[in-house]
Amino acid sequence: MANNKQIYDKGKVVAGLVIFVFIVLSPFLYNLGKAAPAPELKLTDKAKAAKECVLPKEEMKAGHMQLLDLWREKVVREASRVYVNTEGKEFAMSLSNTCLDCHSNKADFCDRCHNYASVSPYCWDCHIDNPKEISDAK
Amino acid sequence: MNSKYMFSLAAVIVLFLLAYIGVAGIGLYGFFGIFIPYAAAFIFAVGVVYRVVDWAQSPVPFRIPSTCGQQKSLPWIKPASFDNPACNGTVLIRMILEIVLFRSLFRNMRFHFNKGNKFSYEWEKWLWLGALAFHWAFFVVVIRHLRFFTEPVPVCIQWLESLDSFFRLEFFADFVQVGLPGVFISGIVLLAAVIYLLLRRMLIPQVNYVSLAADYFPLFLIIAIAVSGIMMRYFTKVDIVGIKEFTMGLVTFHPKIPEGVGSVFYIHIFFVSVLLAYFPFSKLMHLAGIFMSPTRNLANNSRVKRHVNPWNYPVKVHTYEEYEDDFREKMIEAGLPVEKELTTNGG
Repeated sequence: MANNKQIYDKGKVVAGLVIFVFIVLSPFLYNLGKAAPAPELKLTDKAKAAKECVLPKEEMKAGHMQLLDLWREKVVREASRVYVNTEGKEFAMSLSNTCLDCHSNKADFCDRCHNYASVSPYCWDCHIDNPKEISDAK
Repeated sequence: MNSKYMFSLAAVIVLFLLAYIGVAGIGLYGFFGIFIPYAAAFIFAVGVVYRVVDWAQSPVPFRIPSTCGQQKSLPWIKPASFDNPACNGTVLIRMILEIVLFRSLFRNMRFHFNKGNKFSYEWEKWLWLGALAFHWAFFVVVIRHLRFFTEPVPVCIQWLESLDSFFRLEFFADFVQVGLPGVFISGIVLLAAVIYLLLRRMLIPQVNYVSLAADYFPLFLIIAIAVSGIMMRYFTKVDIVGIKEFTMGLVTFHPKIPEGVGSVFYIHIFFVSVLLAYFPFSKLMHLAGIFMSPTRNLANNSRVKRHVNPWNYPVKVHTYEEYEDDFREKMIEAGLPVEKELTTNGG
């Protein structure tokens, strides 16, 4: 029977295979003709002037969320408010007053990467983007 | 100790060492980051299509569904429409329920001797539960990884992510902090379920007896994938934007190796690539096989419709009429009854 090879139920099999191939190719098709460059961050003048963040840039890039979580734990549960980094420099453990003081440009700094990586942090459920705007308004 | 699972475990360890030495030792970033993933995706897609086309060339001339209920019969007998489907519509529903809910595993039973030598059956739902948790968690994990392969990320994937991190699990200790980034429950369920399925194979003697290296290998591989992924997300930390830049490069065919991404990432994608490339050659093909199972995807309509075997070849037959034509005179002489009398032809 080697000579009469045929695909049985051809319609259904081919339809299934077309769906399979379409699913496999979907990430390629979705991005067809699109260039998706990595987001470029804008630093505020204050952040540029400070040059260094609390930790080295690479560590902040990958681990800032864990640092913030740790800060919250320390402040809220242990009432310890001072963070000493590896170089011995002291910082107040505060998202609003320390982090957002330099990085006051949420849209051009925080949001760019978060949107790109599809991360929606709940920080801003409570913390306002830039506390200074509020204090100015008072 | 069992040579079958030790062999599979050793294979996964060798794969780990290959990727680790290849990246951290020799620095073959392009090979492990670009060539291997593309090759694996190609082998996966072509291999699956090849296997399915190959299977589809096997004729299934007759209806062989496994029936699990009353067949459609007289109008006053209630049929089990989904367990013994009579038409394609109910077959479709049966297939969907099988693929989505694993109903055949739900029927799993354990046999044992109860009180001396009284044979008894026992409900055994753990395999069904473990398999369901494993497959659904894996599905969710795969779907939410699409955030690395789409820009902008579709809203439905964002919804899935927020649903997946619905339980804000947090854990603090001196040595470890878990909570941010949000814990994806699917990753934990996947790892727990695959470990359960592995232990089941190792510890239950009957299951252990029927398990081969080919059964253990994907389990170890998936454990390795899950562990390396969980490591990256919660513990060793990686530059996620750099990784997305890299994965977007892959899907837009402008691959670029990211800077400063640790070897855990390369190990993770190497394991995933191996899983994809191994897929068409392995039992993992049950992904396509479930659709092609004649015991599931056929309607039980043998009594309603005639199914002819397609490879029936024409058989030379000698009918009774022809036989009588050959021997009519002799039959009449011997006094045997004939259907046509001799007198009708003059010669």
